[in-house]
Amino acid sequence: MEGDVVQMGAYIGAGLACTGMGGAAVGVGHVVGNFLSGALRNPSAAPGQMATMFIGIAFSEALGIFSFLVALLLMFAV
Amino acid sequence: MATETRGEEGGLAFHPMDQFIVKPLFGDGPVGIVTITNVTFWMALAVLCVVALLVLGTRGRALVPTRTQSVAELAYGFVYRMVEDVVGKDGLRYFPYIMTLFMFIVFSNFLGLLPLSFTTTSHIAVTAVMAIVVFVTVTVIGFVKNGAGFFGLFWIEAAPLVLRPILAVIEVISYFVRPVSHSIRLAGNMMAGHAVIKVFATFAAIVAISPLSVLAIAAIYALETLVSFIQAYVFAILTCVYLRDALHPHH
Repeated sequence: MEGDVVQMGAYIGAGLACTGMGGAAVGVGHVVGNFLSGALRNPSAAPGQMATMFIGIAFSEALGIFSFLVALLLMFAV
Repeated sequence: MATETRGEEGGLAFHPMDQFIVKPLFGDGPVGIVTITNVTFWMALAVLCVVALLVLGTRGRALVPTRTQSVAELAYGFVYRMVEDVVGKDGLRYFPYIMTLFMFIVFSNFLGLLPLSFTTTSHIAVTAVMAIVVFVTVTVIGFVKNGAGFFGLFWIEAAPLVLRPILAVIEVISYFVRPVSHSIRLAGNMMAGHAVIKVFATFAAIVAISPLSVLAIAAIYALETLVSFIQAYVFAILTCVYLRDALHPHH
């Protein structure tokens, strides 16, 4: 049981870093939900804004991917 | 404790990250700069598939397109419209570049979904090269087209004068983070998705939950097919957005 506190800390940190992905999930859901509520009000304008929606998803999702990356780095690289 | 963890990992049928190991294709020497590895093989296969679809598919130039030709036309039209919508008419000069990027990423992603295959786009080394090339290209185009006016991208005239220096700092930081997020988004998505499939595949070895696990693999595989396409689309469309910023720094 002795030693290897660093390893333990790295694994705990990896788990904590994964909570960031939840934030990204909230963000992506927010983007798509708002897009949908706008699109249902004015369906004819919706197809033109699909690209904007995907850009928004990509930007908010990137931050979740960053936290995933931090988790991976803690698991395998530290 | 470390050995315990190792032992536990050995208990799994295979490690979920094993699929991302770069191995030489012939023999098992060290991997140098010119070694033919599995990455080389799958990249070459992706290029061959793109060529097969776009060159061989449209060779007939039939008035009533065959199946392959209509897929090729669909892909061409899709990217063409995307460039036209996002960048504008003057961005169509750069359409071949974006088409190349899009087709290569789409085929790398889809080939990576085949069982036992290797996903080249799951490696940051691969996506970082593409993202850095995009970044450098866009910056050079911006300076060539606009000269010093390109700095207008960072100096937002619509904002109040007091806020402008603060916004400029934020804009500069976000400009330089672009290649990082651009590459990590693609690599991270691909790696995460494929690792999740493999994690569920290891659960299939446990008899009690194997039916559930197989169902979950099928569901996640379907999701991954969608994600593979969407990530290629996102990579291409973000390239378009960066290009638009370079061509028209004053919105």
